[in-house]
Amino acid sequence: MSWTERLLAPGDALRQWWDGLSRVQKWGFGVVGFGLLALLPLFPPPFLNTPNISFGGTMAQFAMVAIIAIGLNVVVGQAGLLDLGYVGFYAVGAYTVALLTSPSSPLNKVGPTGFFSEDWAWLSCVPLAMAFTALAGLILGTPTLRLRGDYLAIVTLGFGEIIRLLADNLAGITNGPRGLPGVEYPRLGESERLPDGVFSSGNTTGDANYGTWWFWLGIILMVIILLLVGNLERSRVGRAWVAIREDEDAAEVLGVNTFRFKLWAFVIGAAIGGLSGALYAGQVQFVAPPTFNIINSMLFLCAVVLGGQGNKLGVIVGAFIIVYLPNRLIGVEFLGINMGDLKYLFFGMALVVLMIFRPQGMFPARQQLLAYGKAAREMLRRAPEKEAAA
Amino acid sequence: MIHECFDQYACLAADISFNLEGLRHGFWQLTIDGLSWGAIYALVAVGYTLVFGVLRLINFAHSEIFMLGMFGAYFCLDMILGFTPSGNAYNKGIALTVLYLGIAMLFAMLVSGTAAVGLEFIAYRPLRRRHARSLAFLITAIGMSFVLQEFVHFVLPKLLKGYGGSNAQQPIILVQPKTQFTIFGATVSNVTLVVVASALVLAVLTDLAINRTKFGRGIRAVAQDPNTATLMGVSRERIIMLTFLLGGLLAGAAALLYTLKVPQGIIYSGGFLLGIKAFSAAVLGGIGNLRGALLGGLLLGIMENYGQAVFGTQWRDVVAFVLLVLVLLFRPSGILGESLGKARV
Repeated sequence: MSWTERLLAPGDALRQWWDGLSRVQKWGFGVVGFGLLALLPLFPPPFLNTPNISFGGTMAQFAMVAIIAIGLNVVVGQAGLLDLGYVGFYAVGAYTVALLTSPSSPLNKVGPTGFFSEDWAWLSCVPLAMAFTALAGLILGTPTLRLRGDYLAIVTLGFGEIIRLLADNLAGITNGPRGLPGVEYPRLGESERLPDGVFSSGNTTGDANYGTWWFWLGIILMVIILLLVGNLERSRVGRAWVAIREDEDAAEVLGVNTFRFKLWAFVIGAAIGGLSGALYAGQVQFVAPPTFNIINSMLFLCAVVLGGQGNKLGVIVGAFIIVYLPNRLIGVEFLGINMGDLKYLFFGMALVVLMIFRPQGMFPARQQLLAYGKAAREMLRRAPEKEAAA
Repeated sequence: MIHECFDQYACLAADISFNLEGLRHGFWQLTIDGLSWGAIYALVAVGYTLVFGVLRLINFAHSEIFMLGMFGAYFCLDMILGFTPSGNAYNKGIALTVLYLGIAMLFAMLVSGTAAVGLEFIAYRPLRRRHARSLAFLITAIGMSFVLQEFVHFVLPKLLKGYGGSNAQQPIILVQPKTQFTIFGATVSNVTLVVVASALVLAVLTDLAINRTKFGRGIRAVAQDPNTATLMGVSRERIIMLTFLLGGLLAGAAALLYTLKVPQGIIYSGGFLLGIKAFSAAVLGGIGNLRGALLGGLLLGIMENYGQAVFGTQWRDVVAFVLLVLVLLFRPSGILGESLGKARV
C-alpha cells in the first residue's frame, strides 16, 4: 500500500466495517448516529464549534447541502450523468416557494384572501416545489439525455446559467436582482418570547436557535430521502443505473432502456434538489439570483466527488466538509489572507489531488453483486474461510 | 412592496422585448460589432477545439488561461512599458501604438502559453499516466479552474500589489475608440479594425500551422488515432503539449484584444462567461474542427448581437446559452462536422 493510498483513505476501514454489518445492525447504528448528529448543535464540542458564525446555522446549511449531495449523487454517482447545472434545480425549488409565498411576488398566494394560510404555506409549498423541479428535470432531460457525457455536462451548465439569468432578468415576476424577501416558514412553537415561532429568523439566541431547528427539520427530511434513495438503489431501477454508469452500450444491449432510466435519475435528482431549495428559501426567508451562481453548482459536485460518487452516506460526509470548513475558517487569518475566503481554492486543489490519487473519493462505492446479492456474497465469504480451515 | 403590473403576462412582456424593427434598422452595425466579438470568441474557441480533438477533453480551465492572459497583458503595459492606469486614452500615434500592442500581445501570449502547458503538466499528465476515466479529467479541469481563479482573487494581491483581488484592474486605455469609416451606414472603429484584423491573421496562421506543417500533421494524426500515430513515430506526449501551447498562445492573443475592447474587464472572474461562450462557439462549428471553431466564433458573436437587439441587452447571455443548447440538440456534431483528423492528409 503506497503512502498516498494510506493518507487519502481514512474511509476504507470504516467502509469495510459498515459493509460487514447486518441490516438490523446498520439500522441501529444509523438511528444512534443521526440522533447524536441531531444533538450536536445543542452541545457543540469546542473543537468543532465555529467561533465566528452560528453553529446551528452552519449545521442547517450542512443539512441542505447534504440533501443536495444525495440528490446529485443519484444523477452523478448512481447513473453516471455529469450534471454541472444542478444549482438550477435548487433555484427552481427555492423560487417556487418564494414566488408563492413572498409578499413581493405578483404570484403571492398567502394571506386571508389567498390560497395558503400563513401557518401552512411553507409546508404546502414543499411538495409543489418538488413537483415543479421534477417537471423542470423532465423538460431539460427529455431532449438532452440523448447526448454524450461531456456534452450533457455543458448543456446542463448552460441550463443552470439560463435559470439564474431568467431569475435576474424577469424582474416583473422575480423582482430581479433585488430578490424576494419575506418568504414563509413553518409557524411552530410560538410563544411570548418568539411570536413567530422557533423557525423564524428572530430566534437567534442560544444553541437552539432557528438554524438548529432548521437543521433538525433538514435531518428528518434527509433520513426520509435516504430511505427512499436506498430502496431505489436496491431495486431494478438502481441496478439499471449502475449498469448505465459502468457501460451504457453494454446496458442497452442487455435490454436496459437506458434513456428511460437516465430520465428517471434526472427527474428524481431534480426533485431532491428542489426539496433542498425549498428548505433554503424557508430558512433564509429571502431568495435572490446570486445564490444560484454556477460556482455553487461546482461546489455541490465537489461534495459528491469528495465523499465518494455512488455512496449516499459518503456524500453526506462530503457535504459536511464543504459546508463546515469554510464556516470554521471564517475570520481565521493566515499571512494576511482570510482563510474562509479561500474555500474555492482549497476545494479546487482537493478535486485535482483527489482525481490523481484517489478518483473514487474518500468513501468509495463498493462494487457488489446487486441482484441475488446477499446469497452470492455469503457464498463468496464462506469460500475463503473453508480454504483457511482446510 | 406591491408591483405595478398585476397580470403576470403583462410583466413578462415588460421584461422581454421583441424588437424586430431594431434588428432591421441596425443590422449592419450589429453585424460588424458582432464580428469583433466573434473574432475574440473564435480565437479562444480554437484552444477548446484543438484540445478536444486530441484528448477528447473539455478543457474547462481554458477560460482561466484566457483570464491569466488578460492579467499578463495588463502587467506588460503597466510594469514593463510603464503606462499608468488612467481614465484617458494614451494616443501615441499609429506606429507606436501598434508596437506597444504587439509587445503586450506577445507577453500575454507568453503568459497564457506557459500557463496552458503548466496546466497540462500539473493536472492532466498524471491523469493520463493513470489512465483515468474521462469524468476524472473533467472534474480536474473544474478544480484547476477554481484554483486559478481563486489564486488571482486572493493570493495574487498579496504577491503583487495592485493586482487581482475582488475588483477589476484600473483600465489602461491605449487606443481611444474612434470611427474610421462607415460601411452600409455602419461605423467601423479603430478598435474593431485592430481586433478583426489581428484575429484574422492569427486564424490564418493557425490554419496553416495545422494543415501545412509537420507539427500540424502530428496533431491531426493523434486526433484521428492516437495509437496508430504513436506507432508511426509521432510522440503523443509532445503533440499534446504543443496543442496546449498553441491553444494558450491564441487565448493570450484573444485576451489582449479583449482588453482593448473592454479595458475595464480585467478581473479574476472575467474569463468564465467568455470561456463558456467560446466553448459554445467551438461546439457550434463542430468541436475538434479548427475551421469550425473559427466559423462558430464569428457566428456566435453575430447571433448574440442580433439576439440582444431583438430581446434586449440583458438577454445577451441567454441568447448564447439557448443557442448552445439548440445546437447540441439538433446538430451535436456542429455546422462543419466534428473531426479534426479526418481532414485531408
